[in-house]
This record gives sequence, structure tokens and C-alpha cells, in this order.
Amino acid sequence: MIKVTNLSKKFGDLAVLKGIDFEVKQGEIVVIIGPSGTGKSTLLRCLNYLETPTTGIINIGPVKVDAANASSKSVTQLRQQSSFVFQNYALFANKTALENVAEGLITVWKEPKQQALATSKKILEQVGLGDKINHYPVQLSGGQQQRVGIARAMAAKGEVILFDEPTSALDPEWVDEVLAVMKQLAQGRQTMIVVTHEMQFAREIADKIIFMEQGHIVEQGSAEQMFTAPKSERTRAFLARATK
Amino acid sequence: MNFDFIYTLELFPILLKYLGVTMQMALLGFVFALIIALCVAVIRVFSVPVLNQVSIVFISFFRGTPLLVQLFLLYYGLPQLMPWLVGMDAFTAAVIGLSLHFSAYMAESIRAAILGVDRSQMEASLSIGMTKLQAMRRIILPQAARVASPSLMNYFIDMIKSTSLAFTLGVAEIMSKAQMEASSSFKFFESFVAVAIVYWLVVVIFTQLQHRLEIHLNRAYIK
Repeated sequence: MIKVTNLSKKFGDLAVLKGIDFEVKQGEIVVIIGPSGTGKSTLLRCLNYLETPTTGIINIGPVKVDAANASSKSVTQLRQQSSFVFQNYALFANKTALENVAEGLITVWKEPKQQALATSKKILEQVGLGDKINHYPVQLSGGQQQRVGIARAMAAKGEVILFDEPTSALDPEWVDEVLAVMKQLAQGRQTMIVVTHEMQFAREIADKIIFMEQGHIVEQGSAEQMFTAPKSERTRAFLARATK
Repeated sequence: MNFDFIYTLELFPILLKYLGVTMQMALLGFVFALIIALCVAVIRVFSVPVLNQVSIVFISFFRGTPLLVQLFLLYYGLPQLMPWLVGMDAFTAAVIGLSLHFSAYMAESIRAAILGVDRSQMEASLSIGMTKLQAMRRIILPQAARVASPSLMNYFIDMIKSTSLAFTLGVAEIMSKAQMEASSSFKFFESFVAVAIVYWLVVVIFTQLQHRLEIHLNRAYIK
């Protein structure tokens, strides 16, 4: 369902991604791990075209975009196939929780407002925020804001939700409630690609783990295999440090 | 010196009859200025080729020359070059002049406010499949409006007062009426005190409205 071919990204002379290839099947939960500054977030942002790749073909669902000739129309279509959960939540500051979730349905998918708001209310109830629908982002805790962020991504009708270190900016006390919502999504077989440093969580939910270092995919495999019998010495060393 | 207080009081109803013209100029001018300024600001933020360069020259000219010069150019100068403009009345010329002049300033205020909105707001909009223009309209501009509103209100207040220059084109507004009354009665001080008070009161009323508008625009930011 998702196929990435020869994806590379340069910032000036600095090559951040150096020829990435991978596939994700429908309903699969993929977790990307690796040291800081190895291009994990850049990879995720490229999938959503928040960064424009230097080369490479990204194929999500029915949409295929080649960096060599990406039109703005095809980029918008590609973005509609995925949605993004940001490290810093990035909720629309001028809109309530409910309006944040409904925005895509109304503006992008042209749903009637009442219907969009009803759908959005249900999604907010699913993430445990049924009583906060009329709160503005500033009135919510970090954990609550991130759950609205996830709800917004759920409403976006994309094939896949991309999570960019969704718990890294949170106070420790809010981490669990966000991870719980993500687990719930994983149980519902929502296709997800997650960049995270929460190793225990990765091991619990991932169907596949991708280990990245210095712009390359070093190794990928099932959670069990990666954590118990990694093939690469670098994966082994990283996991030994990260799970200490 | 003796100040004719009664004369000043009697002048108010006469001036107020012309306040409508003054306010029409200011409100029309502001609406047009806002539309032009929004377009120019968005063009500049997106660096639209060609239009961006045109906008830079536009802003440079209308900020770089006095409003009075612009009004004279528009009303007395341009018809010489473009005869179809001869029929333009002074009121229209004043509104056009005021809108162009103030839009140049307002465009920069709006552009600064747009640039002040966090980058993540645009990214979040794009990530759920919105186009850049949709993101501008639904997310960025409403947030920029909150930041820009105090300075835009400043320009509106300045514009109300600048309508007084329209009397040099022959528009019958409050300043021209005060001037006429003054020269027929020779009570200059009384007349101009009266007209100054009218402007001041109008500005005070709009300042109150601005206060309410700010409360409305801030409602999403109160914890």
C-alpha cells in the first residue's frame, strides 16, 4: 500500500537521506528507530511532502509522486492519503478541539458542517476527550493537545497516520495517555508509521521495526527479531543503549 | 481674548451634517485599502513572481510620497494624461487616493503578522490535505488578524483624520465646512476647536469598538 523507492533528501550539501527503500502493507504498524539526527523525522516529513525530497518515488494508495516531476496538485493528493501527528502538536490555535478535528472534513472533503462536527465529536470521544470538545488548545494540557492532534489525523481520511515523536515534547505524566490512544489505534489495525524513542512501546505495538542510521536503513524486521536477534552489530549496540 | 462658546456649540449640528461624508470616505477607503493590502501581503509572503516586484514598487511609491501629493496627482494630474478620468468626482478621487496610500502601509503590517504565525500552523494545514490558499484563508489569516488588528486600527484612525485632506479637492466634508464657517464669521479658533472635537470624539468611539474587537479576537487565547 505504501512503497518508497530510492528516496533521498539533501539540505544544501548535507545528505540527510541516502536512498531509502521500504514498503508498508495495509494495517501494518511500522516503527522507525535510530539515533538522533539520522533522518527519521525527515523521512516521515518527506512522506507527507512537508519536506520536498531531492529524489525518489513515493507511492501511497492510488497516488504516486516522483520527486523529479512533482506537481503541486499531485502533492496535495499525496498529502490527502496520509496525515501527520507532530511532536509539538501543532493544533490550529484559533480553533476549538472540535473545530481542529472537523477542519479537514469541512475544508478538504467538503462535508456538510453538521455532519463533520458530529463525526469529529465521536472521534474526540474515542480519544477520551468528549468533555473537552469546546476547549481551545491553550486550555488543554500537553497530553490532551496531542490526543486532539491524533484525533485530527484520524479524521483526515488518509490511508496512513504518520507519528513524528508524538511523546517527545510531553511531560512524563502525559506520555501514557497518548501511548494508550496509539495502542488503541494499533489494535484497530490502523496503518501507522511511528518515529519514537519509546523502545518498550515500539516492541509492544510494532509489526515491523526499521533501524536507521546516518540516512540509511541499516536493518528492518519484526519487533521480536530486532529486539532479540538483530543481524547488524550497529542495531545491537543501539538497542543495548536505548533499552538499558 | 474672548472665546465665543455659544458659537462653537451652534457649530456642532452644522458640522455633524457633514460627518456622514467624512465617515463614508473613511469606511469605504478602509475597506478597499484592506482588500488591496491583503492581496499585496499574500503576494509578498508567497513571493509570487512578477506580482511580488510590482508590489514592492507599489509599496515604495505610496509610502514614499505624501498623501496630499498623491491626491493632487490623482485628481488634478492624471485626467490630463487619461481624459476619461475627467468626469471623476472629488469624493471618488479621495476614496481611491486614501485606499491606495493606506493599503501600502497596511500590507506591510499584515505581512508581518502573517510571518509571525508559527510555521507549524501551515504545516499542520498542509498535512491534512489543505492547499496553501485554503490554509491561508482558514488558519493563517484569522491568526494574523489578531496580531495585526491593533496596528490596522491605528491606520483606520489615521485615515479618518486624513479624510480632512479631501477638502483640498473640494469634497464637502466636515473640515471644509469648518473652514467655510470660519472664513465667513472670522471666528477661526472657535470653528477649528469645534471640528477638532468632532474628530476626537469619532476616534474615541472607534477606539472603544477596537477594544471589543480585540476581546473577540483573543477569545481563543485565554487560559
